[in-house]
Amino acid sequence: MNVIWKLFIVFLKIGLLSIGGGYAIIPLIQEQVVEKNGWISEKIFTDIITISQMTPGPLAVNTSTFVGLQVGGAAGALAATVGCILCGTVISLTLYHFFQTHQKSVYVSEVLNGLKSASLGLIISAAFTIILLALYGTSKPESDFLSLNRTALLIFFTMLFVLRKWKLNPVAVMFLSGIAGFVFYR
Amino acid sequence: MKQNLKRYLWLLTTNLFISAFTFGGGYIVVPMVRRFFVMKKQYFTEEELINMAAVAQSTPGAIAVNLSALAGYRVAGIAGALISCSAAVIPPLVILTFVSAFYKIVVSNTILAAVLKGMEAGVAALMVDLITDMCALILKKKSFFLSAMIPLSFTANFIFGINVALILFVCCLLCILQVFYKKGKEQ
Repeated sequence: MNVIWKLFIVFLKIGLLSIGGGYAIIPLIQEQVVEKNGWISEKIFTDIITISQMTPGPLAVNTSTFVGLQVGGAAGALAATVGCILCGTVISLTLYHFFQTHQKSVYVSEVLNGLKSASLGLIISAAFTIILLALYGTSKPESDFLSLNRTALLIFFTMLFVLRKWKLNPVAVMFLSGIAGFVFYR
Repeated sequence: MKQNLKRYLWLLTTNLFISAFTFGGGYIVVPMVRRFFVMKKQYFTEEELINMAAVAQSTPGAIAVNLSALAGYRVAGIAGALISCSAAVIPPLVILTFVSAFYKIVVSNTILAAVLKGMEAGVAALMVDLITDMCALILKKKSFFLSAMIPLSFTANFIFGINVALILFVCCLLCILQVFYKKGKEQ
């Protein structure tokens, strides 16, 4: 089978199976591209994850783009990326449309209300991981609570303060915290 | 026609911009969409944003891309969804194509690492800011059931590591049972 087509199909599958997103999908991608298809080595895969975290864009999109590039050039990158996002966006749009057209049903509106609360809980869960990573450098800090990064804590509270007080633009927050990182960590 | 074109162009540039600043995971797109679509342009309300975020989160794929597609759809229909989606993946595609040529240098760049470490704390602050406002919106409804669902799904996921799909499924089930119960009580 043509490798471009194969990339599309494999990433279509990855996209379909990755509910919840983020770091949860890394093992899934690894299984498919390293173990099953042998497209890239374990070492390159680790590099890809690092690069994906250093460049803007969602992790899943970045990883699929990079794997596609390594395996099938620009066409491969496009095939993998489109495959990765296709199912999710189509299902999202369908579900959203369904919720909008059936707003009057008590069942539908209650399910949407419940999903809102539950996904907020999941977002908080993701935020905890992000906060732990930012302040402790690991998502499992129970090993050593003393490793709190005071500089990160300072940046965190300063940004939170300006956000609550002046409703600063998120892009400005990214800019300022990036500059702070450059000044303090370099 | 001209108005439509203007809207498409706005969607394209805004989503390109948002995507180019999506550091530290896709969730950052939620406060970004809030800033540009809700606060600046008032294309939809904060309540609708939570609806969209819930749908984007409950379906497969990256929440960032799903949410861009939904916001685009809400503003300009299917064409809007297509434009937003493409705009959401173009920056990663272009940047990674560029970076992949000499990624060994990028990985070992200490200045970039320092900037990203700083941004991590910024992302954390943005998340807390967003969560505070979203929680307030849900708590305002004064529904014990809906308020309790927030800590429940958090605990299930963060403490017990239960699969997201399972949590969402149980949540839907509970909601339906709750409506049954309410209807039974009324009769």
